Amino acid sequence: MIQLQGITRIFHMGDQAIHALDHIDLTIDSGEYVSIMGPSGSGKSTLLNVIGLLDRPDSGHYLLDGRDVTALSETEQAQVRREKIGFVFQSFHLIPRLTAAENIEIPLILTGMPSIERKERIAETLQAFNLSDRAHHRPAELSGGQRQRVAIARATILRPTALLADEPTGNLDHRIGSEVATLLEALNQTGTTLIVVTHDRELALRARRRVAMHDGRIETDEQ
Amino acid sequence: MRLQDLLRFSLKTITSYPARSFLIILAMALGVAAVIILTALGDGARQYVVNEFSSIGTNLIIVLPGRSETAGSFPGAVMGQTSRDLTLDDAHWVGRLPQVRRYAPLNVGVAELSAAGKLREVTLMGTTADIFPIRHMKLSQGKFLSSADESSAQIVLGAKIAQEFFPDGNVLGQRVRLSDRRFLVTGVMAEQGESMGYNSDELVIIPIQHAQTLLNTNSLFRLLIEIRHHGEIDNAREAIRQTLIRRHDGEDDVTVIAHDAVLATFERILRALTLGVAGIAVISLAVAGILVMNVMLVSVSQRTAEIGLLKAIGTPAAVIRYIFLAEAVWLSLAGALAGFILGQAGSWALRLAYPLLPAWPPLWANFAGVGVAVLAGVLAGLLPAIRAAKLDPVDALGKR
Repeated sequence: MIQLQGITRIFHMGDQAIHALDHIDLTIDSGEYVSIMGPSGSGKSTLLNVIGLLDRPDSGHYLLDGRDVTALSETEQAQVRREKIGFVFQSFHLIPRLTAAENIEIPLILTGMPSIERKERIAETLQAFNLSDRAHHRPAELSGGQRQRVAIARATILRPTALLADEPTGNLDHRIGSEVATLLEALNQTGTTLIVVTHDRELALRARRRVAMHDGRIETDEQ
Repeated sequence: MRLQDLLRFSLKTITSYPARSFLIILAMALGVAAVIILTALGDGARQYVVNEFSSIGTNLIIVLPGRSETAGSFPGAVMGQTSRDLTLDDAHWVGRLPQVRRYAPLNVGVAELSAAGKLREVTLMGTTADIFPIRHMKLSQGKFLSSADESSAQIVLGAKIAQEFFPDGNVLGQRVRLSDRRFLVTGVMAEQGESMGYNSDELVIIPIQHAQTLLNTNSLFRLLIEIRHHGEIDNAREAIRQTLIRRHDGEDDVTVIAHDAVLATFERILRALTLGVAGIAVISLAVAGILVMNVMLVSVSQRTAEIGLLKAIGTPAAVIRYIFLAEAVWLSLAGALAGFILGQAGSWALRLAYPLLPAWPPLWANFAGVGVAVLAGVLAGLLPAIRAAKLDPVDALGKR
């Protein structure tokens, strides 16, 4: 469960202070499917970064599964990210020199899992994401949809409790984008919390809960 | 993250950018090779000089009359006596010592040489036949003083003098005058040029007794002694000194020098030279280290997005530091290894090109070259690694 209490994040541009997040209170239960919409600069990406522990709020509290994670050290936060959070990005962020299988392997390597166990796990995952025949291709040799599938596989291979997607279909055409959305929803069906940040109304409307943001505040929150 | 995974991951990065990695490794390798080849050259030169000196004879002891010590006054001076001469008899006594293989008494002077209607001043050396093996001198024709006729009036001419007086080459058996005495030419020296302060090409050699008469002296200029074993040089020196003191009524009025001392000085100088040259080569390694740092820094900024991603999926800052450090270690190890091979090959080529020069890199230079390269690489990798670990993940991922 994600609980945000009075989260504020201020950026300074020259002598002007911009409230990217302005006293946000938000609770997301485990297994929810939430979309966050809003125009550019509304703070939706910053919110996702705070939830994903990539960014620290200037004030407020963030409880993840009941534990206050705002005050954790950088190393502890890295561990929480590794164990509980998966990221999916608009531009995929695959490492170009590594093959699909090797990209998926990185989180496993970080946990110190032995090589034999990793191989099994990767084979299973590639199968599940229908990427088996692409295992030894580099990102440059994959289509956009395949790249995003690799990225999602990497994000979920350690079975995080929450999957955070920032414009996951932004670089894909409509049909492929829809397939990726379906894939994310399928993961949500298995119990993973899914939070999607997007401009795209159509994608946002697929979510069971829709949050709209404006100027760092939550405008509407519909179930 | 396991160590083997860390090493594999960073190795993969290096092989993924072959041009970049090749240039760094090349810079490192050239630095290491420079250290190894230059020290091989320096040490080779040292070895060469040592060998040359040994050929003149590290078993050589030189006795000079008189005490070359400014401190202390020997009792004779107080009592109005001059120091005793070093005589031919002294030389014979010394020659009987068991440590002595051969010896050559020496008198040196200047006299007029005339023959075939020509006249010139020459340096004359009075000695015995043993001077030739002791000083490694050679005759181009004839011989000098076969032991049977030690006192006969024979003369050996230097190559240039023989050429000047007898340009037709018909030298042996000619009669020449040295001062007012007549000598029979029995030999001509091989051309050797300058050696130990004499130009033997412009020298004439006559038997010691004749030289002493001619120069009107009883005192030897020098006594050269070759001992049997290098190991007993100190012992032999002492024995010679004691013999002469005994013969001089207990007075220590000769100076006994081991040739060794000169050699040791040369060795020290060349060793210092080698170290100096190696020092210069180490600077080139430091330059290679800075190059590694530059390229690693560029690599960090090129791979910002990757670092951001690694942070997003939960890589601790320490692990990111290790990843970049491991890259630096790989690069410098590869560079050091390549440099080691290049250095050995270079020294081999040197030995091939100059067979006289024993250009073997000393062991310490191999270790120092490789060690400094790895150290420089790791130090150079430190700053980029720290910078990578400090990147803010949100900025690194290129988010707004």
